[in-house]
Amino acid sequence: MLSGVTAVLEIEGLRKTYRSRFRGARQALDGFDMVVEAGQVHGFLGPNGSGKTTTLRTLLGLIRPNGGRMAILGEEVPVRLPAVAGRVGAIVESPQFFPHFSAQDTLSLLADAGEVPQARVPEVLELVGLRDRAKERVKTYSLGMKQRLAVASALLKSPELLILDEPANGLDPGGIREMRDLMRQLSASGMTVVLSSHILGEVQQICDSVTIISLGRRVASGPVAEVLAQHSGGGVVVRLESATDLPQAAQVLVAAGARVDLKPDHLLVTGIEKPAWVTRTLAGHDLYVNELAPVTVDLESVFLELTGTAPVAGQHRQVDQSVEVPA
Amino acid sequence: MKGLIRAEVRRLAKRRVTRLMVVLLVLGLGAIAVAFTAASTKVGPAQVAAAEAETQRQYEESLRMHQQNLAECEAARTRGENVSLYWPPDCSTDPGFAPQRDQFDTSWNLPYEFHFRDQFGTFISVFAGILALFGFIVGASYVGAEWHTGAMMNLLLWRPRRLSVLFTKLGVLLGGVLGITVVLGALWTAAFWLIGRYDGQTGKMTQGAWESFALTGARGAGLVLAVTAVAFGLASIGRHTAMALGAAVGVGVLSEIGIRIALTVAQVRFADRWVLSTYVLAWFQKRWELQEWRACNLSASGQCEPDIFIVTWQQSALVFGLGTAVVLAAAIWLMRSRDIT
Repeated sequence: MLSGVTAVLEIEGLRKTYRSRFRGARQALDGFDMVVEAGQVHGFLGPNGSGKTTTLRTLLGLIRPNGGRMAILGEEVPVRLPAVAGRVGAIVESPQFFPHFSAQDTLSLLADAGEVPQARVPEVLELVGLRDRAKERVKTYSLGMKQRLAVASALLKSPELLILDEPANGLDPGGIREMRDLMRQLSASGMTVVLSSHILGEVQQICDSVTIISLGRRVASGPVAEVLAQHSGGGVVVRLESATDLPQAAQVLVAAGARVDLKPDHLLVTGIEKPAWVTRTLAGHDLYVNELAPVTVDLESVFLELTGTAPVAGQHRQVDQSVEVPA
Repeated sequence: MKGLIRAEVRRLAKRRVTRLMVVLLVLGLGAIAVAFTAASTKVGPAQVAAAEAETQRQYEESLRMHQQNLAECEAARTRGENVSLYWPPDCSTDPGFAPQRDQFDTSWNLPYEFHFRDQFGTFISVFAGILALFGFIVGASYVGAEWHTGAMMNLLLWRPRRLSVLFTKLGVLLGGVLGITVVLGALWTAAFWLIGRYDGQTGKMTQGAWESFALTGARGAGLVLAVTAVAFGLASIGRHTAMALGAAVGVGVLSEIGIRIALTVAQVRFADRWVLSTYVLAWFQKRWELQEWRACNLSASGQCEPDIFIVTWQQSALVFGLGTAVVLAAAIWLMRSRDIT
């Protein structure tokens, strides 16, 4: 184990460069770090082309890294991956199955290959809601049904670590909620879940911690609440009894050392230690606060800020086009 | 490991291409056997008597035509026409122009009779060729479709030892194809022996004759396995069934047409020495003789004899073995080193 006794997944300084004779070299991972503690639901976030799938594929032995160290369940990978693979369930990117086999056959063959009891097949089909369609060919399935089958295949070996890349992709709203409940249920049973997703509202709801990757580097990590707090900026929204007093109030606060953004009906004040300081300072100049509220951020705004992928009017951002943000 | 082998055996047997190809294979081989059952007739006294009667009728018909021609010639000569344009100058006073009875062979009018000992060797080659085609399609599709659909990647998440997965798949495929070859080969032999027994002749089947068939069959099975392995290797290299099919068409066109034409134009001696099918022929015939007609070696009798180049089955074994080894080595190297994206 690299560090920490409860870490289920550890990545240190992972590097991967794709080389093409015609397109040259492209650095997909540039010293990426990640730690997932046992029993957590961990969100793994990043814009398209940021290195998420490369990280997961490298972790699972599908891609060879150029440097760095990885460990799963205390075993160094890829060296010890064959020993630990039976304890890790994973789906990587879009679900991929042989289209002419039924879900039942697909899982049954995987169970044989992984030496998992066949009795587990109907259990996971029931769990993901495919029981009644299990004997139909996969080619007749919708994307959401294939996604359910992919999750079933990952759950087949009752893993200690479950890695899911975009598990809600293609699911209907009911399916997304079922998937959310399933994640919670699995986590409650002691399973560690790593969840890569672009549905940030979902991630915020069900994840205990997150890692955000951009341009192949970690730009944020930790418990969701901490990451949000770190990027809220400690700002407050200030409203006065009369909006005409806002310019004067702004001058007072700037003179006192705060940073102020003057809006038509309120002030956005940052760079202060305590919100009470604003009330006290303005009251000293006969300006009375009508409303004082902390600025709240959600995971989406933090994600867009950290990865530099917020849409800009009139511009068409290209895949891989992110702003470098210090880790 | 047993679980993976069991899974791969089930996967191969469940595949639609495998099942369809087995059905087509059995139907195709069955159709050939049935066609030869219908075509072959056991020759007995009645067939010989009928053939002799027919031969006699043909002789008499020919004689009648000859005499009619003579009469027409005589008539033309009497009219003073120049008969030498169409008939002999003396209207065939030469008896050599008249049909002779011994020029009409009774065997020409005998029905086709299959002779197991003399002809079954060719049918072993036909069987091996059909099985090689079967092995090629099933082998290429088995691993090509796995790669193309992503099922291989999924499997590698369960069994990260890549070479173990590749070798298991190859082993199961070769085992399956060999099993089908042996079973159908036995049925094929039995079918043609029965055709010989009841609709033709078996000939005197000595132990040596059976051993010769067994060796030809073993060489045929070897070729089937080599072709299957090459198809598997090519599809694995290209991660698509079409890679193997494309390579087969490419090699076929290049070797059988391109090289043959180019070397012939360049007047290279024994051009067919560089063509793949020459080695297939040598493999089944044990030796294949190439002749260089532009050379002229005077024989003792003063005749012009061509140069000879012999291709042996051992040389064929070397060519097929090396080709198979190179393709499989490339597939193994790529399986070990490639990023699966």
